Amino acid sequence: MAEWEPVVGLEIHVQLKTRTKMFCRCANAYATEPNTQTCPVCLAFPGALPTPNETAIEWTLKLGLALGCEIAPRALFHRKHYPYPDLPKGYQISQYDEPLCVNGSFVVPGDDGDFEVGIVRAHLEEDAAKTIHVGGATGRIVGAAHSNIDFNRGGTPLVEIVTRPDIHSAEQARRFLQLLRQTIVELGISDAEMEKGQLRADANVSVREQGEAGYRTRTELKNMNSFSHIARGIDAEVRRQVATWEVGGEVVQQTLDYEVKSDTVTPRRRKEEADDYRYFPEPDLVPVEPAAEVIERLRADLPELPGTRIRVLAADVGFDHAVDLVTTGNEHKARLLVEHGLDWPTAANVAMNQLAAIDPLPENGPALVAIIEQRDAITREALTASFADSAVGPLDADAVLAHHVVADTSELEPLVDRVLADSPGQVAAFRGGKQGLLGYFVGQVMKETQGKADPKVVNELLRTKLG
Amino acid sequence: MAITRDDVLHVAALARLELTEDEISRLEVQLNDILEAVGKVSELDLSDVPPTSHPLDVVNAFRPDESRPSLPLDDVFANAPQRDGDHFRVPPTGETAA
Repeated sequence: MAEWEPVVGLEIHVQLKTRTKMFCRCANAYATEPNTQTCPVCLAFPGALPTPNETAIEWTLKLGLALGCEIAPRALFHRKHYPYPDLPKGYQISQYDEPLCVNGSFVVPGDDGDFEVGIVRAHLEEDAAKTIHVGGATGRIVGAAHSNIDFNRGGTPLVEIVTRPDIHSAEQARRFLQLLRQTIVELGISDAEMEKGQLRADANVSVREQGEAGYRTRTELKNMNSFSHIARGIDAEVRRQVATWEVGGEVVQQTLDYEVKSDTVTPRRRKEEADDYRYFPEPDLVPVEPAAEVIERLRADLPELPGTRIRVLAADVGFDHAVDLVTTGNEHKARLLVEHGLDWPTAANVAMNQLAAIDPLPENGPALVAIIEQRDAITREALTASFADSAVGPLDADAVLAHHVVADTSELEPLVDRVLADSPGQVAAFRGGKQGLLGYFVGQVMKETQGKADPKVVNELLRTKLG
Repeated sequence: MAITRDDVLHVAALARLELTEDEISRLEVQLNDILEAVGKVSELDLSDVPPTSHPLDVVNAFRPDESRPSLPLDDVFANAPQRDGDHFRVPPTGETAA
């Protein structure tokens, strides 16, 4: 049987979090009352003219630079026509053959080596309005009785990133998107939350036999709103295409939706007319020629990118932890602890576990490190409470460290003896092979000491006495 | 290149327009006249002239990212054929093309 290689390119849309929309001064606000952020421009009243948002253009250039793109010396906006109620002008202002950013490359670090994904382009366009389908038997689009339109999202700035088909597994797609998302968040240009639709990704999928030159017919996979759905969607489509080719069938170019529940892909209703967007230059907008000094300023302001930091961190905490730290927003907590003298592995561990939902005040760094370094000497309650308190106000390390555990065997031994004497049934069961009962005995001793006993010492005592 | 009856029907379909037989023939003639008039340009040698996307010699016309009040809802819906609460109501739609 042939070895099949998936060939995947991604098309990603990112909503920019500028204050205003792309071509008018309506607020670019999420979750406001329907149609309250609208004006003659974004409702396409006759005679209304667009004016581009300078910040949106700069942010697109910034993203382009972070993706290793060339910035076009001259870029144009085009009209892309399609008749649909979420597009009141009858066209979307987008970019066509002269986009702002082209020819990039984005390197994704991995423990099995880095892989590089080529970026065809990153361009700026306006988002469509939101359509709400009302009524109908199942609530599905096909059965809708009518549709309602909310133009608040209409005309908001949207960046489209198109990759080359350089991705060869669902896992690579997931890792690429995870790192891209983190990069976008750190550039401060979008919150890129997939569940809110701020980052949307479609996948172009084909397969070919290992070593085969050229590409086979591809399909476009849509409707995936999380990293894991994208990975599963690609896997499902690769399986379907391989199965199709292997029985001598032919993959047909089409658009598919991934259905999470059934883990399968289903074709979208075929359009009667092939796409014919009749692109032409937007006559209401003049060309964009990014000034050299603007590009240099944006390049100089680029922060150290997450991909680079993952590579550096991997040396200290291992690759998986480095990725987790950087892409979960826990990295700065670990850095705070390391800055005050904690070792990297412990800092990474605490940042991703005990501090995962807690953001400690920076001033508590030294106290936290003092507490963590002596965490075996204090009670679990005191330790947990100190983590929570570290986000609230100044932390007093000495007060926390006063909650000593009792590690003195002469103090603990009589307690252990009493617990064992009180539970003859469990003791017999333990000796009969129920090793899990050790936890029960430890629990009893902890109860006797109001949680102050050192669990390590208690464990040792119990094992000796029961052994 | 002349405009055919099929071109007229194709463009009408893209624009979701229903045309009568009369209109189809009339538009075929008119569109061809327009194309012919514009075609005059190709009598010139323009191989050294970059395509013009805009008549003004201006680039980088931007505005700052500062918001202004939006329209009151009554103005928003003043021309709406159908209103459903604070939404524009439209016939049921299929997939979006965005």
